[in-house]
Amino acid sequence: MNTKHTTPIIIGKMIRQTSRLRGGSGSALPGLVVERMYPRFLEDMLKQLPDGVVIVTGTNGKTTTTKVITGALELLGKKVLTNPSGSNFTRGIVSTVINNVSIVGKLEHDIAVLELDEAYAVQFIKRVKPRYVLALNVMRDQLDRFGEVDATARLIQQVIASATKSVVINGDDPHLVAAAKTSNAPVFYYGVDVSLRAQFPTDDELLAKLDKKPIKQSNELLVKLKAYSHNTPTFLVDKKAYVEPFQIQGGYNYQNIAGAFALIKLVIPSADNDEIIEALAKVKPAFGRGEIIHHNGKHIQIILVKNPAGFRQALYAHDEKEDVFIAINDDYADGRDVSWLWDVDFSALKSHGVDMVSGTRAYDMALRLRYEEVPALHVIRNITSALDHYLANSKQPRLKIYATYTAMLAIRTYLIGNRDLGESS
Amino acid sequence: MKKIRILNLYPDEMNIYGDSGNVLTLTRRLQWHGYDPEVLFLHPGDTFPESIDLLIGGGGQDSGQQKIAKDLQRIAPNLRKLADNGTPMLMICGLYQLFGHRFVTDMGDEIKGIGIFDAETIAKDKRLIGNIVIETDFGRVIGYENHSGQTYLKNKQKPFGLIIKGEGNNTDDRSEGARTNNVFGSYLHGSLLPKNPVFADYLIKTAVEKKYGKKSTLKKLDESLTHRARESAEARPR
Repeated sequence: MNTKHTTPIIIGKMIRQTSRLRGGSGSALPGLVVERMYPRFLEDMLKQLPDGVVIVTGTNGKTTTTKVITGALELLGKKVLTNPSGSNFTRGIVSTVINNVSIVGKLEHDIAVLELDEAYAVQFIKRVKPRYVLALNVMRDQLDRFGEVDATARLIQQVIASATKSVVINGDDPHLVAAAKTSNAPVFYYGVDVSLRAQFPTDDELLAKLDKKPIKQSNELLVKLKAYSHNTPTFLVDKKAYVEPFQIQGGYNYQNIAGAFALIKLVIPSADNDEIIEALAKVKPAFGRGEIIHHNGKHIQIILVKNPAGFRQALYAHDEKEDVFIAINDDYADGRDVSWLWDVDFSALKSHGVDMVSGTRAYDMALRLRYEEVPALHVIRNITSALDHYLANSKQPRLKIYATYTAMLAIRTYLIGNRDLGESS
Repeated sequence: MKKIRILNLYPDEMNIYGDSGNVLTLTRRLQWHGYDPEVLFLHPGDTFPESIDLLIGGGGQDSGQQKIAKDLQRIAPNLRKLADNGTPMLMICGLYQLFGHRFVTDMGDEIKGIGIFDAETIAKDKRLIGNIVIETDFGRVIGYENHSGQTYLKNKQKPFGLIIKGEGNNTDDRSEGARTNNVFGSYLHGSLLPKNPVFADYLIKTAVEKKYGKKSTLKKLDESLTHRARESAEARPR
């Protein structure tokens, strides 16, 4: 390895260390400096990986899916480089590489699994061509950032076209199936059984009538989610059913994990299906994505919600015996527009009601519930005060929290402090 | 119970940004005011239904707009007749644009509108996005705008309101939306009606009085929650 690049790498590592000591997240600055001194740093470093780069993209489920693929590949013996959630832009990835590369510029990893949203992925592929692309779905989300769903689909089409070896896409998503038509690499599909289709509406079906006809037939699917209970999915692979209890819960996760399963089969063709599903089953949820926190004897599950499809799917799994806390912020990372709350069907909460509504847009949320005729017991905008109040007064042992991104971070910090956050900001 | 029929135009193609909240708000408020709302949906090709009291339409993507543009011409005579006799209508974003004379897309294609508003819309590069507050005949109206089409009102076309915060119809003047008789066009999402009950009740009252006579009254509803939602929305940055 060329040692003339040692200096920028050492400097990058030093900056990273210093900014972390000062309490910063240390994500962007080292990347900025190293790239200034060594513009082809990212390309040169990632080129070394024998199994190449995987991009995981789509609107919903990127973080959990990336964690599942990374965790499972590690259990199957691969050394995996991955970007912490929240730093899913090129500079954050540069920073991750700086953190992991030796001072002579050597990466010991086999493969990189990177979570990138559509807009960042389009920037990234200009510099590094991924060997694999896994595209999960195209949904309305943060439209204030991307404009429209069709625009998002066009970005994903570019990302898919950049894959050099294989593309894995959700065969139930018409936007993705159309986008994959211009793929240079072979395209593999995963999907859900027809009997489950109503639970996984595509963006077009979110408000319209559900078109039950599957786009891709069963025999075209590499992996199919056949059925699931609250923690046990059944996958159909190579004409055989695989049933396994998972650490991660929720149907929407299992749909994405079908994609992860397909991707791993392509990355390690020698691995058998039993090995793969065992590895997938052992991975724990990513922070704030169905993560369970025990706090003062209470069982609290935090679910990140950021768009109608995700919120709606989360509410499918709603248990009426649990208390409900909803926190809606409208900072940049949440999306400033809260109109999407009107596209979520909240009728599942009618019988139990909502115990607490919080966040900068708590009153918009409360108003949404009023028009759904779902009782909301308390509304307190400040998240800390809302948690204080809820925890001091509730006797129910189980609580489910639905929160937008920055609200989720605040709630997590309140409940367990900053630990386990990794590098994310 | 007294029935009020709401017609929702093209719910499959024109439903982006939570505009379904407008239909829900009208439905619930009619119920709370003691009426029996019935919501009908008009899809491309459907026969235009009889005795409609209120019409609602939402925003869509460019592709959605293109899908319905031809069908809108087909039902234009029905819509014009209703507009002329004072039937209340609220058209948001994409359908607002097509209630003008024409919409010129970013590709330079022209989509013909139905000309209920003396206005035209031109797609521009800059998207106008953010929280918005306007002053209208119904007081301050609060919402969220997100559009690349810029609309210009012509001659004596009345706007829906004037901008207090945000951009509205275009980056050149202070107008937002359009009003002709009881037909309203606006760029405001949010959804628009839940946080603006004075305006929602104007649409309802107009529909109710037209059908059941001037003596029809609406109940006084508790809007304390609405006021808090308006306060926090108004205080948020653009």
